[in-house]
Amino acid sequence: MLIKCEDLSFEYEGRQVLSGLTFHVDEGDFLCVVGENGSGKSTLVKALLGLKKPQRGSIEFGDGLKPTQIGYLPQRTEAQSDFPASVREVVLSGCRSRAPFHTRAEKTRCADNMKLMGIDSLASRSFRELSGGQQQRVLLARALCGTERLLLLDEPTAGLDPIVTRELYSVIDALHEKGITVIMVTHDVVEALEKATHMLHLHDNHNFFGPTGDYLECDDCRRFSGGEHRHD
Amino acid sequence: MIDAIRDMFSLGYMTRAVIVGSLISLCAALLGVSLVLKRFSMIGDGLSHVGFGALAVAAALNAAPLAVAIPVTVAAAFLLLRLGNSKRIKGDAAIALISTGALAAGVVISYLSGNSNSELSNFLFGRSALSIKPSDMPASVALAAAVIVSFILLYNRVFAVTFDETFAKASGVRTGLINALISILTAVTVVLGMRLMGALLISALLIIPALSAMRVFGTFKSVTVTASVMSVCSFFVGSVASYALNLPYGAAIVLTELAVFGCFCAAAGIKRMVRKKK
Repeated sequence: MLIKCEDLSFEYEGRQVLSGLTFHVDEGDFLCVVGENGSGKSTLVKALLGLKKPQRGSIEFGDGLKPTQIGYLPQRTEAQSDFPASVREVVLSGCRSRAPFHTRAEKTRCADNMKLMGIDSLASRSFRELSGGQQQRVLLARALCGTERLLLLDEPTAGLDPIVTRELYSVIDALHEKGITVIMVTHDVVEALEKATHMLHLHDNHNFFGPTGDYLECDDCRRFSGGEHRHD
Repeated sequence: MIDAIRDMFSLGYMTRAVIVGSLISLCAALLGVSLVLKRFSMIGDGLSHVGFGALAVAAALNAAPLAVAIPVTVAAAFLLLRLGNSKRIKGDAAIALISTGALAAGVVISYLSGNSNSELSNFLFGRSALSIKPSDMPASVALAAAVIVSFILLYNRVFAVTFDETFAKASGVRTGLINALISILTAVTVVLGMRLMGALLISALLIIPALSAMRVFGTFKSVTVTASVMSVCSFFVGSVASYALNLPYGAAIVLTELAVFGCFCAAAGIKRMVRKKK
């Protein structure tokens, strides 16, 4: 078991955001986290990254995984859209050595990940000149520099057009097939149901966690995912 | 021109001002890149006003100026950083409050302790290069060297924190420590540079080089290097201009930097046009 969360509860500015959340992630899983705005998705992401302490409950990491070994793809921010940095600089910043300069091994790793994401030809380009889809690939390559096992993706396709979204999903699929465990927070329930091995649905009083098959049996969830259309 | 430069360096105080000033320009440019990108440009301005208040107190008490001004300004830097992190608008207002408050206090203290108007305006506008005393040299050079060395050693982490603080924190970078370090170094640079540039003008030294370099260059390294080179060069040109044309020191340097900024903007425009034609 890579991650085991038990009875997690959070408060945010005096308001209960998540309560009694229990779930686990195994090696090789593809867990999609869905839920309405304000249901606590971002809080959960912060907690998994160790940036927020739960009021109650525990998060345990197993199989020798450390919280700092999660490859994190944050939501895109405005501030980055005019940041002067080359693609290579951004990807290298995912390597977490303490040395003042990057080692040869880190540079190799960075180059490998850029190739994997199909952005090696952009290495010297400025991050701010890239399209949204390209920027996400760069940030995904950065996330891969910090992990070999677990990716945590926060709304990876938000703000991307449909074609680019599909391309990015196929990249993520390929990574999952390579054996990397994926936790993906998303608005896109339809897509989530297609990809995920497990679903986590955050909802005020009752959260759902289980295999994707069971999720489709649950009435509440069916309503959230837009009715019957997955039953063809 | 060459004669003016030779003339200038025959004066002990001008040589001192140029040595200390070049080092401070370099420090300011390095830190400025991070401050501008983190949307903290106003912090330099706030700090210089606090530093002015502290210098006025030091002068009134007849204490060593740096020994009073550096701790006070460093403390203010921590305060401003914490406020800036909490809520944007509140942080902005807090900076304005602290900086105008310190400025007013400094003016009153300076008036009560019998400083003449010309001394006061030297504090505020950096009117002459005479303000760097020989006894200040070792401390100024050592502090500036410390800023430059720590920036180089922490370059990767400064980049990580500037580009994406949440990601850096999640991957184990001690972002609080790096932020604290950036604000301490900024405070030190502001206090050192203030006496040369004037309290009201020193923040130009922090932001103009970074803004200029960002116009034209698209990678962090090239922006950092260009800002540093541009900052030191325009400091030198500004010093010569101030000496040769007998202009107020700090203002001459700021205007030189602004002229260079204009050139960078023009270069960026040309670059865009060339790219469009392709």
